[in-house]
Amino acid sequence: MGKSDSKTEQTPQFESWGRYPQFHADVVPLHWATDFPLKPPPGTPQLPVGLGRSYGDVCLLENGLLLQTAGMDRLLHFDPATGMLRCEAGVSLQQILDFAVPRGFFLPVTPGTKYVTVGGAIANDIHGKNHHVAGTFGRHVLRFELVRSDGTRFVCSPIENPEWFAATIGGMGLTGLMTWAEIHLRPIVSRRIDYRGDKFHGIDEFFALSHAASSEYSVAWIDCVSTGRNFARGIFMQGDHSETPGPLTRSKEPKLTFPFDLPAFALNRFSMAAFNSLYFHKQLGQQKVGPVDYEPFFYPLDAVQHWNRMYGKHGLVQFQNVLPLESGREGMLEILRAITKSGLASFLAVIKFFGDVPSVGTMSFPVPGVMLALDFPIRRHVTFELVDRLARITLEHGGRMYSAKDARMTAAQFQAFYPQWRDFARYVDPGFDSAFWQRVTGRRPLDG
Amino acid sequence: MADQPAVAAPRRVLALGATSAIAEATLRLLAEQHAAFFLVGRNTQRLAAVRNDLLTRGATAATTFTADLDNTAAHPAMLAHAATALGGIDLAFLAHGVLGDQSEAEKNYAAAEAILRTNFLSAVSLVTWLASYFESERRGAIAVISSVAGDRGRKSNYVYGASKGGLDIFLDGVRNRIDRAGVHVLTIKPGFVATPMTAHLPKNALFAEPARVAKHIVRAIEKRKDVAYVPPFWALIMLVVRNIPRRIFKKMNM
Repeated sequence: MGKSDSKTEQTPQFESWGRYPQFHADVVPLHWATDFPLKPPPGTPQLPVGLGRSYGDVCLLENGLLLQTAGMDRLLHFDPATGMLRCEAGVSLQQILDFAVPRGFFLPVTPGTKYVTVGGAIANDIHGKNHHVAGTFGRHVLRFELVRSDGTRFVCSPIENPEWFAATIGGMGLTGLMTWAEIHLRPIVSRRIDYRGDKFHGIDEFFALSHAASSEYSVAWIDCVSTGRNFARGIFMQGDHSETPGPLTRSKEPKLTFPFDLPAFALNRFSMAAFNSLYFHKQLGQQKVGPVDYEPFFYPLDAVQHWNRMYGKHGLVQFQNVLPLESGREGMLEILRAITKSGLASFLAVIKFFGDVPSVGTMSFPVPGVMLALDFPIRRHVTFELVDRLARITLEHGGRMYSAKDARMTAAQFQAFYPQWRDFARYVDPGFDSAFWQRVTGRRPLDG
Repeated sequence: MADQPAVAAPRRVLALGATSAIAEATLRLLAEQHAAFFLVGRNTQRLAAVRNDLLTRGATAATTFTADLDNTAAHPAMLAHAATALGGIDLAFLAHGVLGDQSEAEKNYAAAEAILRTNFLSAVSLVTWLASYFESERRGAIAVISSVAGDRGRKSNYVYGASKGGLDIFLDGVRNRIDRAGVHVLTIKPGFVATPMTAHLPKNALFAEPARVAKHIVRAIEKRKDVAYVPPFWALIMLVVRNIPRRIFKKMNM
């Protein structure tokens, strides 16, 4: 990018969650399905964005129009007999939960934040703690409407225009603007989750707990800072929706907001070691069992608005990969050693097994294997060198990285992770583009 | 449904300008309380989207009616249609309006007149008919979206401000006339709200989301308030603004 830090530089209006990289684009709020297509000046690229919770540049665009869909937030139909909800693409998962939980329904798949739109959930074909049984979000999408920049509108489903259905699920918003979608909600009888947490020491214990787990939801927090005897310790967390009828109330609004950018020096090897130790020892015994509310179980970080400010004004990069089962153990060990050695990791690190439910999308991230996701504060070269190294290890072990979290893959790496990208490219709307897509198709160089 | 409240009869709501962002957010809250709606707006497709949303959220009925409210001659027939479709009206909610282009209105009287026609004259027509209807029913409520801009003329938007200020005085008079008949007249004065109407303005900490404004509006209807600044902190701001001496105010840039 080669941007200067001078004060005359235009302030970016729209940041991704990682706040890196930064690009300036004009934001066009869309409020109605008929607000699109626009008539932008020729050569002006467009990109739909939801709530900007993807971490890197998949929701960013330089010198183009960001079509902000959050104003398209109408619920269009709900059938309590089947759980089918039709809604506009800008409806957030939070809005769906506020609507559905009091009616005894829940999202079929949810990521670690409820502040994403349905359009964003489909465009990134998100996954959750139940991937091993439910697959990705796209598995629970019945139909949606796609509008191309030339004004063509069509309905996509596994039956109607199935090739567009597959390209758009996980298609990073590049195939056109989604105006509405139909998704299947699942019934629940209580807000409560029957929870069980088990401590583990080392990756083999994590593998053993994963294989023995029988719950719908499972994920593990893993310490990526500690070395020696505490290397790769963690807590394996699992849960199921309670089958005992209980409260079905609407959640309260979060009250806490991270008030300012934390200075860069605040997150360092010592504070992070302390955080990780605290988190590990917060659970006193080897095992903890009991009912918990779904909010802290699924969305612990949503309790603090703008928690990304904790990483300071330089932001963060997230690394998320999946390695196939055959090479998963060796590959993850190599990755964990590289991370602990660097001392750069934060305490937000999770590891999980993906199941073998096939993803619907051509470009969907999940494949069977072991998945790791963690944040690094940006310390320029040091952080970038580490993440670039982790990408190389991922490639060597036959894995892949997740576009929704990425800011650093090279075009060659992306094309090796997703050899189907050329098939997908045929479905990209000629009027659409993204900073990510420019990077991974070799049209924009990486900085740093 | 799990926690359905024990309401007597669903409230019958006539919404004028039902596709405005503040109206939509307010109607969603009323839909959750199982109201029935007669929705009036200019755009048929948008009305259909709002209707579907309200029905999904719990509305017991929703009829749409496409009309340009500037056409005051069509008001009596439209209101008759609403009263018939709903089987009577409990709440009339006037939410239509335009911000207009102040600089254009300074140069061109037709532009100023258009703002006054939509924000003031059409509301005067609607409230005139509605006040008589509710007065004869000896019940009901009229809630009208005005603006803090109606509290004092400022160079940046005094035509819009005059349309809302005139509306405030008109509503004061109507309230004085029909309060004794048991009819509630609510003047709603929003401050800055993040809506399509203000999409072009740079945002600051004073801007409120429509959902937050809507909660205060519903509360003001329930509490039968006369005037409601929404969010309420605007009452304090406007108290200060109204009391700046004119000889100072005329020199200020606002």
